[in-house]
Amino acid sequence: MPTITVDGQGVEARPGQTVLQAALAANIYIPNLCYAEDLAPYGACRLCIVEIDGMRGLPAACSTIATEGMVVRTETPALMQARRMTMELLLSDHPDNCLVCRKNQRCELQRMAAYLGISERRLPRLERPTAFDESNPFFDRDLEKCILCGRCVRACDEVTQVNAIDYIYRGFATKIGAFLDQPLADSRCVSCGECLASCPTGALVEKSYYGLPDREVLTVCTYCGSGCSLYLQMRGDKIVGVRGDPANDASEGHLCVKGRFGYDFANHPDRLTAPLIRKNGALEPASWDEALDLVASKLAEHKGAFAGLASAKCTNEENYLLQKFTRAVMETNNIDHCARR
Amino acid sequence: MTNPISDLERAGCILVIGSNTTVGHPIIALRIKKAVRQHGAKLIVANPKYIDLCEEADVWLQNRSGTDVALLNGIAWVILNEGLWDQAYVDERTEGFAEWRAAVEKYTPDVVQDITGVEPDTLRAAARLYARPPFGNSAIAYTLGITLHRTGTDNVFAVANLAMLTGNIGVEGGGVNPLRGHNNVQGACDMGCLPNVFTGYQPVANAEARAKFEAAWGAPLPEAPGLTESEIMAAVHEGRIRAMYIMGENPAVSDADANHVRQALENLDFLVVQDIFLSETAQMADVVLPGASFAEKDGTFTSTERRVQRVRQAIPPVGSSRADWQIVAEVASRTLEKLGRPVAGFAFSHPSEIMAEIATLTPSYGGISFERLESGGLHWPCPDAGHPGTPRLHIGRFTRGRGRFTPVRHIPPAEMPDAEYPLFLNTGRLLYHFHTGTLTRRVKGLTQIAPEARVEINPRDAERLEIAQGETVHVASRRGQVFVKAELTDRTPPGSVFMSFHFAEVLTNALTSPALDPVAKAPELKVCAVRVEKVEKEIANASSR
Repeated sequence: MPTITVDGQGVEARPGQTVLQAALAANIYIPNLCYAEDLAPYGACRLCIVEIDGMRGLPAACSTIATEGMVVRTETPALMQARRMTMELLLSDHPDNCLVCRKNQRCELQRMAAYLGISERRLPRLERPTAFDESNPFFDRDLEKCILCGRCVRACDEVTQVNAIDYIYRGFATKIGAFLDQPLADSRCVSCGECLASCPTGALVEKSYYGLPDREVLTVCTYCGSGCSLYLQMRGDKIVGVRGDPANDASEGHLCVKGRFGYDFANHPDRLTAPLIRKNGALEPASWDEALDLVASKLAEHKGAFAGLASAKCTNEENYLLQKFTRAVMETNNIDHCARR
Repeated sequence: MTNPISDLERAGCILVIGSNTTVGHPIIALRIKKAVRQHGAKLIVANPKYIDLCEEADVWLQNRSGTDVALLNGIAWVILNEGLWDQAYVDERTEGFAEWRAAVEKYTPDVVQDITGVEPDTLRAAARLYARPPFGNSAIAYTLGITLHRTGTDNVFAVANLAMLTGNIGVEGGGVNPLRGHNNVQGACDMGCLPNVFTGYQPVANAEARAKFEAAWGAPLPEAPGLTESEIMAAVHEGRIRAMYIMGENPAVSDADANHVRQALENLDFLVVQDIFLSETAQMADVVLPGASFAEKDGTFTSTERRVQRVRQAIPPVGSSRADWQIVAEVASRTLEKLGRPVAGFAFSHPSEIMAEIATLTPSYGGISFERLESGGLHWPCPDAGHPGTPRLHIGRFTRGRGRFTPVRHIPPAEMPDAEYPLFLNTGRLLYHFHTGTLTRRVKGLTQIAPEARVEINPRDAERLEIAQGETVHVASRRGQVFVKAELTDRTPPGSVFMSFHFAEVLTNALTSPALDPVAKAPELKVCAVRVEKVEKEIANASSR
């Protein structure tokens, strides 16, 4: 394992690890924007530049492999000056209406500008042509806020391997787009939202943005059997967002379209909110006491001619109880569920 | 799965059969694609349809519907014939090889081509890749395309035979890996929601197991295994079952030959349905009990890789709905009271107490507790509190001792296309919906992307039948009929059409075959014969009949 020195501190790096990864793992922060843990090093934003003894210029920590004996400095006057300039250039064509941006307080660009102490706009603002794409039902794209870090392109390539988007056009006209610059909805896009999850700015934002969550609850997706764990981002009784759990080694923090966006049903007005009993042919609301009592008397009458169907959607504990009830109370092994379909 | 999901990235070759993985298990598909693109693994796809994974595949085996046994036996034949099998593994760890080998002898590449339509060279290429991956071991992933046939059990045997022949069970990056369809279908099986076993697959017919559960539950327990879901519906028709309790399922839409199932449910004296929505099945109930969604309760789910994970309550149950475990416990206690029996065994104040009871009765869950799950999931078997869990099964030796080769032969689907019903119907899922659509059709964005049912038909068949893109057509089988819009796509092979079963108003399962696998009793949902025609033609035919 190569040992390097970062700001005077000895840091052990895993073989093949970059200077940025080794430093972050040792809790030494180096500013960065285009880096993402699950994507290959890219070197687009130039914010993670460092000084390394014996190396010319200011190498990017994200694309420099840590080698034995390296001596790295992460914050010197020269680095800060270069980073500030880079950030000012990034901001030169970026709107500054942060207060009304759906990424406000969740924006990495905003945080980075603050970290670098940007306090004025010295460069004249360059207007990029606005390019909205609202064709996807779950997220909107506002390319005026795009910094071309390529995280979305790389997520769509390296993570999902759908490759719906890439850089298109050249020079200042460069932007992110689908094949033939079609709207996303007409492209190969499968709406998984990995691009949305990786975007550091307001260029990709949820369509139905409610506001910041007040807490997160770690749970498991309710759709297929892959067992992707996720954080439900909650605001009161409302699910306002969903975030993949990077600690889950089956899903590695990734989610599909249903796992990320498929939760409107929880608060849907069609939800059953009270027991129903059939009276004169129609199902009518009833009290729990009445419904449970009716169920118990009817089932008691039908012991021996009974079957239960458990649920592949319910929890282990619930399924356990239903088979226990079927076997121990109704005295039959007629218990099954949809495992066969 | 014998192996964890992450093992797919350690495989040198992956055979995906009977699974449209990017649709059914999108996150597992990511791992497969990553294995291919980033690690250089080889990919073999066996599927009658051109699925997304075919884009990544080194070999696509486009076998005809219902010919998986012949295909897999054919791959084994090539491996045997070319001496690519793992003789040491077979000798040391398996039994029944000679008998099985004799049964495979007749599946020569030419015979297999006649049955499956797969060219001998393509078959050979697949066999060589699977038996000699560029590195590491070979994994097989499958799902309902293997199991939902009347030969479903044979198909699984054929998969296991192939994996044993090449020494790919009990090794890293290998395995026999069924990808299970629901968040907790694995758990529901583990919990004994099957007619022949208690929790952890302890047979009800086993006197020792029964005695253990009788002592724990304080009640005499029936010895005879019960009925499977399909058999239950038949028993309702015969009047042997008069009352049912259905929790969180929608058989009126999901089951094969759904009209027959609906008649059965109508025949019941008493039907209780517990659900979060008034599903098509709930609409037929005498009493509907409102349960809680996954976000409204604590508990555990067990994923396809046998990993038990915590489900945590984020919001209180909606309205006066209740967590499903509370409802079942209350029903059980009240029923005991009505029966004049002591009311005991169902007083729980939290699901963690239920898991504690499960752990005492279930060796494979013996070491699982809510407390331990706080720091992450655990793969069963996890027999005691100090056990780290078992991500890979059959390491060193098979659970049963030696792995048994089971000879299997090709048996065609119960219903083959004929003059009257000339097309195969294959059914499955779409990426944007789930099962009977109870949840996903209430998600606005998903319904925007996939608003309605379609029958996918090859342009060649469409041209012959004079069917245009988007035209509403009539699809009929011997059991039922639907009207549905046509989607012309060459992803579906000529002679075959595909429909999802997400849209209750287009009741795909009115068409499907009730033929059952004799062992697993799984219906042959993946193959039946249908007729597709223009609506005008069907009206003209109907009036002349």
